Amino acid sequence: MSALRAGVAVGTELFSVTRSVDRAALVRYAGAGGDFNPIHWNEAFAREVGLPGVIAHGMLTMGIAGSVLSDWLDDPTDVLAYGVRFTRPVPVPYPGEAVLAVVGTVGAVDADAGTVRVDLRVSVDGTTVLGKAQAQVRLR
Amino acid sequence: MSGMTHVNADLVGRVFSGTPPYVVSAVKIAEFADAVGARSPLHHDPDTARASGHADVIAPVTFAVVVAQRAEAEYVDSPEAGIDFSRVVHANESFTAHRPIVAGDRLHTAVHVDSVTERAGIAMVTTRCEISDDTGAPVSTVTSTLAVRGADA
Repeated sequence: MSALRAGVAVGTELFSVTRSVDRAALVRYAGAGGDFNPIHWNEAFAREVGLPGVIAHGMLTMGIAGSVLSDWLDDPTDVLAYGVRFTRPVPVPYPGEAVLAVVGTVGAVDADAGTVRVDLRVSVDGTTVLGKAQAQVRLR
Repeated sequence: MSGMTHVNADLVGRVFSGTPPYVVSAVKIAEFADAVGARSPLHHDPDTARASGHADVIAPVTFAVVVAQRAEAEYVDSPEAGIDFSRVVHANESFTAHRPIVAGDRLHTAVHVDSVTERAGIAMVTTRCEISDDTGAPVSTVTSTLAVRGADA
């Protein structure tokens, strides 16, 4: 548990963790997020539309990475803004799981605005799956 | 060669606000928090949330997508939008919190069609959901870009 305080240096690594995603996690997110697109749970359908198999919801990957950041902070409301580009699909095998590696680094500090830009690198097997994943976080 | 999409650029500038209000429940917040692995007690325990100055549990950072996507459907599913959802992939998403979403909130969403650009048989459709509470005060802004492939793209 932490907060970003004045004097934090650009380039500082804040956290580096992994999170596993299996098919049950996709079904859970489909229900919780209200996104029932079959590419996220139906192998035959996913292959029919040209995917390598069932893939994770982009919003699940984004949500997991955002939760890593907001849980690292003492106060999750310190996350003022958060955006990503969905650059690569995350195939989720069955049986098995995809392992997301999430690393958060200080990208910029704006002392006047009282904010820090945290850059999130989210990768699977060394390949980045979210582009320009950045959050604006309140400086304490 | 790539086929054109049928996305209707004439709708740029239109605002869709016909979706009924979304009432946020503590159960839904906990369910969503579990699904994205958000473990802060502020999402799960009303006493901790109140001790931190909130009226009830607060939603995780990306929860507003639940509210936004319901409202976006009014635009995306409308025949005049010309969006074939089987040819859509999600390209970008961003959230700006004007204040935390709290259990008990009754949220209203105005979906602004901000841009439609087409290049090489792929239309990029950007919407901006302005989410506000019953008093009209801004709660969240959710910007989403969909990439829609043309027939041969």
